[in-house]
Amino acid sequence: MTELFALRVRNLTRVFDVSAPWLNRVVERKPKQFLRAVDDVSFDVPLGGCLSLVGESGCGKSTVARLVSGLYRPTEGSVEFGPGVDGTALSAQMIFQDPYASLNPRWRVRDIIAEPLRELKVLSDDTAIRARVDEILTTVGLSPRDGAKFPHEFSGGQRQRISIARALVTEPRFLVCDEPTSALDVSVQAQILNLMRRLQDQMGLTYLFISHDLSVVRHMSDRIAVMYLGRVVEEADTEVLFATPRHPYTRMLLQTIPNIEAPKRAREADVGEVPSPLNPPKGCAFHPRCPLADARCKAERPPVLVLADRSRVACHRVAEAAGMSGHTELQTAP
Amino acid sequence: MPDPVLEVRDLRVDFPGRHGTVTALDGVSLTLRPGEVLGVVGESGAGKSMTGLAIQGLLEPPGHIAGGEIHVNGRRIDNLPLRQMEKIRGREIGAIFQDPLTSLNPLFTVGAQLVETIRIHLDMTKAEARARAIDLLRQVGIPAPEDRVDHYPHQFSGGMRQRVVIALALSAEPRLIIADEPTTALDVSIQAQIIALLRRLCDDTGTAVMLVTHDMGVIAEAADRVAVMYAGRMVEIGEVRGVLRAPRHPYTQGLMGSIPALGHRVERLSQIDGAMPRLDAIPPGCAFNPRCPAVGPRCHIARPELAPAGASATACWIDQGGVA
Repeated sequence: MTELFALRVRNLTRVFDVSAPWLNRVVERKPKQFLRAVDDVSFDVPLGGCLSLVGESGCGKSTVARLVSGLYRPTEGSVEFGPGVDGTALSAQMIFQDPYASLNPRWRVRDIIAEPLRELKVLSDDTAIRARVDEILTTVGLSPRDGAKFPHEFSGGQRQRISIARALVTEPRFLVCDEPTSALDVSVQAQILNLMRRLQDQMGLTYLFISHDLSVVRHMSDRIAVMYLGRVVEEADTEVLFATPRHPYTRMLLQTIPNIEAPKRAREADVGEVPSPLNPPKGCAFHPRCPLADARCKAERPPVLVLADRSRVACHRVAEAAGMSGHTELQTAP
Repeated sequence: MPDPVLEVRDLRVDFPGRHGTVTALDGVSLTLRPGEVLGVVGESGAGKSMTGLAIQGLLEPPGHIAGGEIHVNGRRIDNLPLRQMEKIRGREIGAIFQDPLTSLNPLFTVGAQLVETIRIHLDMTKAEARARAIDLLRQVGIPAPEDRVDHYPHQFSGGMRQRVVIALALSAEPRLIIADEPTTALDVSIQAQIIALLRRLCDDTGTAVMLVTHDMGVIAEAADRVAVMYAGRMVEIGEVRGVLRAPRHPYTQGLMGSIPALGHRVERLSQIDGAMPRLDAIPPGCAFNPRCPAVGPRCHIARPELAPAGASATACWIDQGGVA
């Protein structure tokens, strides 16, 4: 891939120690227990684009977001920000899911938004900070007068606008958005998604977007990575993924989401549940739920294959089909 | 047509407070027939959960029913004393709530909870009730119910727990179930299973379900008819296909336009500007008038009532002689 990247993640792994306390382990003779929340994840986010991570709860997508924004240290692997337009490294900011928990209720909105400016020493002059805060409040569709208010005076959607203002006030080029609209009602969600798209065009932002909602992801992203139990099982351009989902898990996800345009009333979708990430299945983690699984899937972890249209899939069945038909060139992932 | 299981007429719920009385529900009317799934949608604070709670007699004081009537299986229940209402809840109205973990008691096995509920409402011995509990768990699709009946709630996954809650709601064979956001706490692949299960139980047993949700996708997949609520009032009610494909009320239209589509991509979502008014600051006339793109002078003066319009019913002056 030669195009400019904003973020390059290689072989990212994060292991959490979830053991019982020391005394319990000694008394109950339990071994230490580890949770591989993110396991060997690699992807690129193109400059000015939007890559989305989707998956069900516990698949590790939020952990990736926190690793990228530096809130966790990776156990293995690397996170590299590409050079910006002016050659300096990109800076990243994050928007969190819950607009009620992510704003300090005892601070005025003006101080909340100014905190990154003061903390990162971008501006030191109070008048300049004030002017910058007023400007960014207008950008996100609030009024400079709102700066004097406290978070509780705002609705959920307005609070998320404040979160976006705080993230954008230092003019980062890269935003990590962890489920930014899933706590919001649909009509408010539309307002926030439209705002994020407008800001992306105006300020040339790059997004790493985390969501479990495939219709939101489709609306926002250029490229989608589907995660399952800590790994990326499929990564493809948005239109390719929706037109020709290749991994059985992606197909299952697309089949099971309720679709307003074509509701599937008669199905009995009995597709099992996500196994515990503490004790993931051997081989391909998806094999207990997979309709195409065979002995090989239970034993061998499928490598990530890069297909001709730049899609990446980790599935033995897809690899075999591609190998036999000969239409796609196979090569192992970087 | 069979007699309705649930009939709500002109329901009004008031919350008296220090700064005057807030009307949380106003003029809500709906009927539900056996085997039918009625979806109730709206944004947070629109009154959809409040409607379900009012029907079950579970309003938090000082909230109370200030007007209208509720009939379940032909019997008026909104004026019943507390003790009689307790007998109706569970026996005639089953309930499914959003969070399956808080609706189950963590200290008792699911079997004990099922047996208790069954024996309160039905005249059965312990052994009969246990057999029925196992049968119910099988009906809701829990594998190996003979073993699972003795497990505690924490030993079940989220989706399985919600199945147990559904089994509990079904335990006294109510003809009406009120399901308040039953799939919101679940992952999409599990959500699909629970919707399919509810649908199947409705078709098999003729139970009517009032499905309260904010998710239009769930409505499209599960409901026969849908009622759209806004600021404590019902703005549109009709067959699911009609309301979702060709919404008539400007609020429903805005709501549908603001959902990102799965089938195709648009550059910009159509959005409804502003937010729903607080219940103590509902504007005079139509409650939607500050946000409505088709607003006229009449909308500020008089409040439209729900009236038939095409295949649905709407509360909008556009359908009732114009906004001018």
